[in-house]
Amino acid sequence: MLQEYMDRKYRTDNKPSVEANLIKNNVAIVGIGQTQYTKNSGRDELDLACEAIQNAVDDAGLKMSDIDGFDTFILDRLSLPMLINSLGTPNVRFSCEVSGGGGAGCAVAVHAAAAVATGQADYVCCYRSLNEASGHRYGRGDDFIEYMPVALTPNYGYIWPLGFVTPLGWAGVWGRRWMHEFNITREQLGWWPVVLREYAQNNPEATYFGRPMTHEDYMESPMIVDPLKLHDCCVNTDGAAAYIITTVERAKDLKQTPAIIAASAQCCPIEQEIQTIYQRPSISGLVETWYVGQELYRVAECGPDDIDVAQLYDPYSIGGIIQLEELGFCERGEGGKFVEGGDNIRIDGKIPCNTAGGLLSEAYLHGWNLVIEGVRQIRGTSYNQVKDVELSMVTGGPGVASSGIILRR
Amino acid sequence: MTVEYNPDQKIPHPAMWGVLYKSSTPFWEGVKNKKIMLQKCKSCGNLLNPPRPMCPKCQSQENEWITAKGTGKIYSWVTFNEAPHPAFKAPYAAVLVELDEGPRIVSNMVDVKPEDLEIGMAVEVTFEDVAEDLTLPKFRKAG
Amino acid sequence: MVKLIEGIPIMRPYIDLDNQGYWDAVKNHKLVLQYCTKCNRFIHPPRPMCPTCRSQDTMEWKESSGKGILYSYVMFTSPKMAYPAYELPYAVVLVELEEGVRIVTNTHEIEPDEVQIGLPVEVMFEDLPDGQTVYRFKKREA
Ligand SMILES: [Zn+2]
Ligand SMILES: [Zn+2]
Repeated sequence: MLQEYMDRKYRTDNKPSVEANLIKNNVAIVGIGQTQYTKNSGRDELDLACEAIQNAVDDAGLKMSDIDGFDTFILDRLSLPMLINSLGTPNVRFSCEVSGGGGAGCAVAVHAAAAVATGQADYVCCYRSLNEASGHRYGRGDDFIEYMPVALTPNYGYIWPLGFVTPLGWAGVWGRRWMHEFNITREQLGWWPVVLREYAQNNPEATYFGRPMTHEDYMESPMIVDPLKLHDCCVNTDGAAAYIITTVERAKDLKQTPAIIAASAQCCPIEQEIQTIYQRPSISGLVETWYVGQELYRVAECGPDDIDVAQLYDPYSIGGIIQLEELGFCERGEGGKFVEGGDNIRIDGKIPCNTAGGLLSEAYLHGWNLVIEGVRQIRGTSYNQVKDVELSMVTGGPGVASSGIILRR
Repeated sequence: MTVEYNPDQKIPHPAMWGVLYKSSTPFWEGVKNKKIMLQKCKSCGNLLNPPRPMCPKCQSQENEWITAKGTGKIYSWVTFNEAPHPAFKAPYAAVLVELDEGPRIVSNMVDVKPEDLEIGMAVEVTFEDVAEDLTLPKFRKAG
Repeated sequence: MVKLIEGIPIMRPYIDLDNQGYWDAVKNHKLVLQYCTKCNRFIHPPRPMCPTCRSQDTMEWKESSGKGILYSYVMFTSPKMAYPAYELPYAVVLVELEEGVRIVTNTHEIEPDEVQIGLPVEVMFEDLPDGQTVYRFKKREA
């Protein structure tokens, strides 16, 4: 089975029918909302969440009391009951906290969509609220002291005691193999952060708005966890974001052009646990992202050439570029060449990526800002609007069980 | 009776939550100044405990703070015959007091034995400095 | 190589019924790997079921030669994104053992600029003052 994944052979037999998929074309994102993205909000996460959710509800043209479901993913510091006590939503009948960390960036939408498609809820609010710039930053090195004296799980027990902490480190190991095997250079990596920073210059809500960066600046930035430099890594953000999911039928009575879910997937192939991932015959690729892509294309009945714009979950530059390969926007091992010079991922390029600035330059809202930008591209309201968008792709984090959605008009 | 603490054990500090929910800060500031502060929605007058950033009735994020009279009635209670945390000496009671203003608050009793507690008992607030950096609102029999 | 900073304890592994044999062996300065006698393959990290034949009673512990090559690595260089118990910079390396499985480990007496993909390495053990035994990898003749 593992070898089949490694050979990128996908379900050669017995593919499930697309018609049986209740989410496809029946569910849509109808409201988006966010707070300011800052370095020090001076407010707590609960407070920020309330504002972002109110903005999403207003954007959709709903009332707060319409919301009857909530969804987020793990590592959330909010208490859902206190959130409900603040929002005053009296009819909540669906709630969900998805596993997988950043990999669940889109899985939250997937689970919410499933709830809506099956009548578990009418309007599900997907929310994320963080004070990662001023408060607790997920993935910092000293973060792990919290778990002393024993590693959190057996698998972490093989790596944490070695000082092998933070997702940047975990990604660096496969990243170095990928760079080594395909001769991918640091110069090439730099184009991903540089192009994203260009996008952020048109997005007044982006953390790095008004702070451009040249490729030279990138090259001069310090090494954080070799092979990753400072500007390979995502920003720290205080802020909140939310979006609302309902059926396409209900969306007809609402304010906005719905971003209809043409396909959704959450994939967890074997040998992908953060540590055991290194046991695959090759670690210079991300099979889970490839699998997400295959599922999305199968359900949406399209291919990479049909995607007009993509928001790829990029907590670090290599995580964005390698997804270009696994999602079929370029060949395996060609990601470095593909982003060189930046044109392929710029607005008129082959596949414009992370058009609001992504996790590196807009905000690290655990992928919520990517979903929101994916929706804006469908509505035609992006600060970096791609022309005539028919299909807009969003993915979850690389290197863990991952997820994705394709949105359409 | 009054809750007794083990002097060598640190009492769980509510500031842990105060940090998480900044909306709670005025409540704990009030306690330091020997007052029970209640959050009041500026738009609909709703009184809220615990404090929160949005009024669940009208979704207003504007609020003000009023000082509670500090009087109320025992609404319910539990008696801990075994200490669930080493900082506390059992037996002691945790009481739910319904303040005259309406909101309910969880507290301990001062000078009342658990077996003498009654639902409906009239109580009034008193403040106890339980540690150098921690004052807690507690209740005793009114009158 | 890793240098400990005094006063900051090292985290301990999480030992459960599946991996107890592995950590017990480390205590005795041995590197053992889980092995499925039905599939004749090594498995790491240890788990209760062989993912190939799905058997739960064909696994045993086999001692590893302890030899391998450096397959990949990261170098921790920033205090923000490193574990504070070690002096910076320190390397975390992925070693591909002769048995075919890979393990994450630290280095012993290998300077940062010598840490390179393809370096032949072998296991060594160290008893730490806190009573823990850890394994690391040092250079070996190819
Ligand atoms: Zn109100
Ligand atoms: Zn087997």
